[in-house]
Amino acid sequence: MRNWFLIATSAALLTAAGVAMAQAPQAPAAARPAAASAYRAPRTSDGKPNLNGVWQAITEANWDIEAHSAAPSPIKELGATGAMPAGAGIVEGGSIPYLPEALKKKKENQANRLKLDPEVKCYLPGVPRAVYQPYPFQIIQSTKHIMMLHTFAGAVRTVYMSDQTEAPADSWMGWSNGKWEGESLVVDTKGFNDQSWFDRAGNFHSDALHVVERFTPRSADTLNYEATIEDSKTFSRPWKISLPLYRRVEPNAMIMEFRCVEFVEDLLYGHLKKQPASK
Amino acid sequence: MKTLALAFALFSTAILAAQSPTYRAPRTPDGQPDLQGFWTNSTYVPLERPQGVNKAYYTPEEAEARIKKAEAAESAQTTPGTTADVHYDFSQFGLDRSQSAFVRSLRTSLIVDPPDGRVPPYSEEGKRRLAAREAEAKKLGGRWDSAESNQLDDRCIIMAGPGPPMMDTAYNANYQIVQTTGYVMILTEMIHDVRIVPLDGRPAPDSRVRQWMGVSRGRWDADTLVVETTNFNGKNPFQGSDENLKVIERFRRVGDDTIEYRFTIDDPTMWARTWTAESAMKKTVGPIFEHACHEGNFGLYNTLVGARLEEQRAAEAAARRGGSSGPPASSDSPAKKDSK
Amino acid sequence: MRHRTLVSALIVSVVIAIAMAATSSVSGQSAPLEKPRAVAKAVPTGKPYTPPKTPDGQPDLQGFWTNSTYVPLERPNGVTKEFYNKEEAEAAMKRSAEREAEQTEPGTTADVHYDFTQFGLDRSQSTFATSLRTSQIYDPPDGKVPPLTAEGQKRQQERAAARKQAGGQYDDVKNMPIGSRCIIMGGAGPPLQNAGYNANYQIVQGAGYVMILTEMIHDARIIPIDNRPAPPSGVRQWTGISRGHYEGNTLVVETTNFNGKNPFRNGSENMKVTERFTRIADDAIEYKFTIDDPATWTKSFSADLPLVKTDGPIFEFACHETNFGIANILAGAREDDKKAAEQKKKPSSN
Repeated sequence: MRNWFLIATSAALLTAAGVAMAQAPQAPAAARPAAASAYRAPRTSDGKPNLNGVWQAITEANWDIEAHSAAPSPIKELGATGAMPAGAGIVEGGSIPYLPEALKKKKENQANRLKLDPEVKCYLPGVPRAVYQPYPFQIIQSTKHIMMLHTFAGAVRTVYMSDQTEAPADSWMGWSNGKWEGESLVVDTKGFNDQSWFDRAGNFHSDALHVVERFTPRSADTLNYEATIEDSKTFSRPWKISLPLYRRVEPNAMIMEFRCVEFVEDLLYGHLKKQPASK
Repeated sequence: MKTLALAFALFSTAILAAQSPTYRAPRTPDGQPDLQGFWTNSTYVPLERPQGVNKAYYTPEEAEARIKKAEAAESAQTTPGTTADVHYDFSQFGLDRSQSAFVRSLRTSLIVDPPDGRVPPYSEEGKRRLAAREAEAKKLGGRWDSAESNQLDDRCIIMAGPGPPMMDTAYNANYQIVQTTGYVMILTEMIHDVRIVPLDGRPAPDSRVRQWMGVSRGRWDADTLVVETTNFNGKNPFQGSDENLKVIERFRRVGDDTIEYRFTIDDPTMWARTWTAESAMKKTVGPIFEHACHEGNFGLYNTLVGARLEEQRAAEAAARRGGSSGPPASSDSPAKKDSK
Repeated sequence: MRHRTLVSALIVSVVIAIAMAATSSVSGQSAPLEKPRAVAKAVPTGKPYTPPKTPDGQPDLQGFWTNSTYVPLERPNGVTKEFYNKEEAEAAMKRSAEREAEQTEPGTTADVHYDFTQFGLDRSQSTFATSLRTSQIYDPPDGKVPPLTAEGQKRQQERAAARKQAGGQYDDVKNMPIGSRCIIMGGAGPPLQNAGYNANYQIVQGAGYVMILTEMIHDARIIPIDNRPAPPSGVRQWTGISRGHYEGNTLVVETTNFNGKNPFRNGSENMKVTERFTRIADDAIEYKFTIDDPATWTKSFSADLPLVKTDGPIFEFACHETNFGIANILAGAREDDKKAAEQKKKPSSN
C-alpha cells in the first residue's frame, strides 16, 4: 500500500516536472523558502525542540515597524550614521490599526521621538521590540524556564514553562508563560506597563498590552518569529508581526554587555551638574 | 584632441537601421536572452522633436548635419574670452559625445507617441501640481542660495542617467548590465546607481516605500525584458512627472552591439494619456569607472563660497556708496544701527 | 581544589535556612522587628549528598537562591576564631538586625529613608543563610582581606585623589555610588555578594550554558561550559567574562576581563575570580570564591558564602527606569548651591 502511494506520487511529480520543462524558456522561478512546518529541529535532552543559541533579527524594524523610506538623521552632527534606512515593514497587512485617539498620540510620539523614545534613555525595550532590536540575544532553555537574554540594557525575559502564575505586578518586559505546540514555543505575555515603545517611530501601547509569540525553527540556523499584539485601549483589533531570526553561527558567539545607563547620564542629569562657581 | 580614426570606426559600426530581423540574442547559462555588457545611450537625438520639424525621420544627410552642429557647439566652449572658457574643454578630456560610442539614428525625436514627437500637454490636475511644485521650489531661493536650492546633479544626488527612464547624459553615458538567475542588474556610471530588477513576479512594495529610482519589477516577454517601475518619491521629476509615475521599459537585443530601448510614461495625475519614446543602447568599451561624485564635490562647495563672497562684496560696496561710517553690514542681515 | 564537598560540609556543619512561615515580604508589616523564627535545616554530616542531574546529565543547580546573610566578609575586630558557637552567632545576628531597625528612629536623618522593616526588605523577614562563621573569608586564616601590594596602595591613593578631584558626591551623577546610578550592584559580582536586600538569584542550565540571574539589577551572567578559548583581552565588562566547567559535582567558574570600573574591594581590572558552586542539600548550594589579583593583594584570598533556596519568582528590578532618586538628589543639591550663593550675595546678614 505504501509503495503504491510512493509510485503514484513519483509519477505525479515526474509529470509535473515534464510539463514545467516543456514550457517556453523563461527566467527560472526564484527558490522559495522551505515551508516552516516541514522542518523538525533537533531535541534537547528533555525532548523539546532545541532553541538554545545566540539569535539575531536582521531587519530595519527597530527604526519603524511599518514600511518606510530612508530618512535623514534628527541630529545633524551624526550625518548619515544617524539616518534611518528604508524598511519593508514587519506588520502583516501593512498598517497598525490604531484607534483614532491613539493614532494622534503616535504622531506626537513620532514628532518628539528624541525626547520620548525610551530607547534613547537606555530604558528596558519591552516586548516584542527586544526581539527585533539589531543586537543578538541568547536563549538558554531548561525544562522549567526558558531565558531570553538581550544585549540592549541587559534586558532579561524569563519564560515560565511550569509553575505558571499571573503577573504579580506590571513591568517593562512583561510576565511570560510558555508552552510547546508541536515544533513551536508559544509565549503568552501580559503584565506590561505602558512605558515601552515598539520602535523609534513612536509606535506605542498601553498597559493592556497582551503579546502572544511563536518561535518556530525553520532550519538549523533560522527561526520563524511571529507575534500577535492585542491592546484594546490602543488598537481597534489584534494585529501581527513576523520576521525570521538568524543564528549567530560564528564560533564563540556571545552576548556582550551593553550597559548603557552610564552612556545616558549626561543626557538625563547633565543639567543638574554643579556649575563652577562664578567669581 | 580628436581622434578622427576612432570616430570613424564607431561611425561605421552602429547604424540603427541596419539591424537584422532574424537576429536572435545569445542566451545566459540559465536561458535568459543575454543583455550583459557595457552599453551607452549617448545620442544626438533629442527627446522632443524640434520646433519647425514635422517629420519622424531625417535623411541621412540631415542626420549627419545634426551631429556636426552639436559637435561644433561642444567645441565652442573653449573659445577664449567667453564665460564658457572657464569651464573645462569637453573635447580635451574626451568627454564629448563624438569621442565615445553613441547611438546613431535618423529619428527627429526619441518620442514616437504621440506622433508629433512631443511631450503631451499636462492635464488640469497636472498643471495645478506643477504650479504648486514650482511655488515650493521658489521658496528655497536662488540656485546658489544653499545646497538644497541647487540642482540635483550638482549636489551629486542623482543625474539623468539612471532614471528610469534612462536618459543620456552629456558625457559618461555608460551602463553595465549583469544578469543572474532571477535578477537583472543595471549599473549607471553616474552616480554608480544600481537598479536591481527581480524577475520572480513579486508585487510592488508598500506604497510608503518611495525611492529616487522607484522600485522595479521585471519579466521576460519572449526576448523582450519588460520592466515596470513605481514607488517614485517624486523628488526628481522626469519631464514634470510626480510620485504617481509608472515607467514601463522594454529592452530587446537586436544586434550584437545594440539593445533597443523603449519606454512608456504613465502618470495619471500629470497627463491624461501615456506617451512613449524609443532609443537604443550601443555597446561601448568597459569597464565602468567609479564615479565618486559627492566625495569629490568641490564644485558645490566652491560655488556656494563664491556666491556668499559676492554677496558680501556687494553689501560692502552698497555700504560704501551709502556713505555710512559704521562697520560694513554683514552679508546675511540688514545693516544695523549702532545700539550702544 | 583544596576542600572536598564532604569536608566543607563537615566544617560548615550547619547551614540554617530560616523562612518566615506565613508572611510574604511585599505585604508590608509595620510591627516592630520580631525575633526571627528559626527553622533549622541541618546538612547531613558524614553523608555525602548526591545532587539531582539536569536532563543533560549535569549537577542540577537550578532554582531560586539567596545569599542574604548576616555574616560579614571580614572577621570583625576583636574576634579571632573562625566559628562562633550558637549563642554567639545569634547575638551577632541580633546586633545586625537591630542596626537595620534603627533606621526608623524618628528625628534621625535615617528617618527620612524608608523603613526597611516596613517593606520587608530587612534580612530577618526574608530567607537568609546563617552559619557559625565569623567571616566569609576563611583564607587567609585571620579572616581578613590580605595586605595591599605597593601597586595596590598606589591605586587606592590614586582613586581617592581622583574622587577628591571630581568634587562633592552630589556635584555630578558620576560622583554618586554606582548602585545609586543603577548601573550595577553588589549582588552581581562576581564574586556574588550579599546585596543587602532582594539578595536573590535564579540559576538556569541549558545545553552548554549556565545562567545566573541576579535580581538587582536584572544582571544575567551567561557562563559557557563548552571549553571555548579564553576571551579576547580587548573586551572588558563590568561583570567580566566567565568560563565554566564541571569538576565532579562542582561547577567551577573562572572570570577575567573586568573593566575595572566597579572593582571588588578596590582590586584591579586584571583580577581573576574563581567560583565553586556545589549543591550540598536540596535547599543549599555551597558557594566559595577565590580572588587572585597579584597587582593588588600580596596573596589570594577565599571566602564561603552559601546560597540557600528561596521562593521564586525573581521580580523585574527596573532600577534605572524609575531612578527618581538621582534626579531628586541632584536637584536638591543644586537648590542648596543656589541658596548658598544667594546667601553670599546678601549684604552681611545678621
